[in-house]
Amino acid sequence: MSGFVRAAGAEWVKIRSVRSTVVTLGLFAAVALGLGWVVANGFSAGGPAGDALLPVFFGLLTAQLVLVTFAVAAVGSEFSTGTIRASLAAVPSRGRWFAAKMTAIGVTVAVAALAVEMAVYGLVTSVIGDDAAPLTEWWTIEALLGGWIHLTLLSVFTACVAVVLRSTVVTLSVLLPVLFLSGQGLGNLEAIRPVVQYFPDQVGMVVMHMTRPGDPQFGRDYGPWEGIAILVLWTAAALVGGWLAMRRRDV
Amino acid sequence: MIEVRNLTKRYRGGTAVDDLSFTVEPGRVTGFLGPNGAGKSTTIRLVLGLDRPSGGFATVNGRPYASLERPLTAVGALMDAGDLHPTRSVREHLRWLARSNGIGERRIGEVLEATGMAGVARKHARTLSLGMRQRLGVAAALLGDPGVLILDEPVNGLDPEGVVWIRHLMKGLAAEGRTVLVSSHLMSEMALTAEHLVVIGRGRLLADTSTEDFVAAHAGADGGAASLEEAFMRLTGASVEFRSGSGRSGGVR
Repeated sequence: MSGFVRAAGAEWVKIRSVRSTVVTLGLFAAVALGLGWVVANGFSAGGPAGDALLPVFFGLLTAQLVLVTFAVAAVGSEFSTGTIRASLAAVPSRGRWFAAKMTAIGVTVAVAALAVEMAVYGLVTSVIGDDAAPLTEWWTIEALLGGWIHLTLLSVFTACVAVVLRSTVVTLSVLLPVLFLSGQGLGNLEAIRPVVQYFPDQVGMVVMHMTRPGDPQFGRDYGPWEGIAILVLWTAAALVGGWLAMRRRDV
Repeated sequence: MIEVRNLTKRYRGGTAVDDLSFTVEPGRVTGFLGPNGAGKSTTIRLVLGLDRPSGGFATVNGRPYASLERPLTAVGALMDAGDLHPTRSVREHLRWLARSNGIGERRIGEVLEATGMAGVARKHARTLSLGMRQRLGVAAALLGDPGVLILDEPVNGLDPEGVVWIRHLMKGLAAEGRTVLVSSHLMSEMALTAEHLVVIGRGRLLADTSTEDFVAAHAGADGGAASLEEAFMRLTGASVEFRSGSGRSGGVR
């Protein structure tokens, strides 16, 4: 068994052996399902067909704050509890430890996000009935696929930021206000949109049909998969930043 | 065997370890002594590759620690016993360590038995007393059945029974031919446990000698019964950091 596989296995044991994992991922599911149900009940057909996805992603995008908290805490707890010393004594290669940590967090988030997204979609569909976004349409599948990638990569991105900042509290203090931008709709304000639309939490909006290119108010200068590509670049940059921060640091 | 050669660690505020060289031989318990802030913990972190030296190097069995493929099977270290996630159980803590170095599940049960922790294996770390945390730290150090053990203040928080237990454990490990380096500020305990001493002050080597010779060499001028404690005080008196009003001369974190 290779050193990386051993290290990733150890990181998985860490994730599943603490209470906060169950609490945060459970809360993520509860908020996503609860808000999805509420918005679906207030949904009225008549707009563009893609609007039927709004209840699905409104819940998920609010709940992503909790998902991000899981990812950040999985890193931050290493530094706050001091287990980082034992971790790096057990896996002295900083690059290997970082890759193992990010893999364990990324896979956990990917599985949780996919399961919750499908559950929210199922719940919203059962509430809306005939007007729901059909799984037979490509735009529905595209949106669910894009939303899943968005939730997963955004979590890995924030976990990398937590590696750089070495603290759960500091990381969340920096990131949650930024992530709230989407909830507050600030990404749509004319004055700041040219810049803010490229923020990592914003670039997945097109693929999830929360906005669309060319719309006078909510428009974006990129298409659905261009947006996801930008998120991939953000995540890659964060991974490089996290690795550089770990490489030479004293712990 | 542990080798430290010209090891130096400078921080912005000063020098924690200053051109330090010593060798820790197998088959005996080596005490690592020094006043608070002398650089003991920094030296241990440098040996374990957790901090990067400003100069010099340290090796374990002739290799830098960071180059060991499964380090826990070569070196077992107890650092701060408080370095535990509060809601992770004793067994799960040992499980992730074992998994990281490809150590079998059966070994977890063995070290739990050996350290008297089997009964609390399912308890969360936050419910453990300091003494139990120390035992868990020792269990973690023993996990890979390593030939080299580095224990930073292992006696802290142990009850009298625990103190006797760890004394016998360390002597037993050394008798098996292992290298045992143990730091402590409890002189009476070191006098009973360590055959050899490495004494540092302000990051510099003050003595590297057998316990017997150390006590004899630094015995009182009055010729009275010398103790390790008195010998230590006499030697390190000049290097105690908080002695004068000249501020933080040691600069050690």
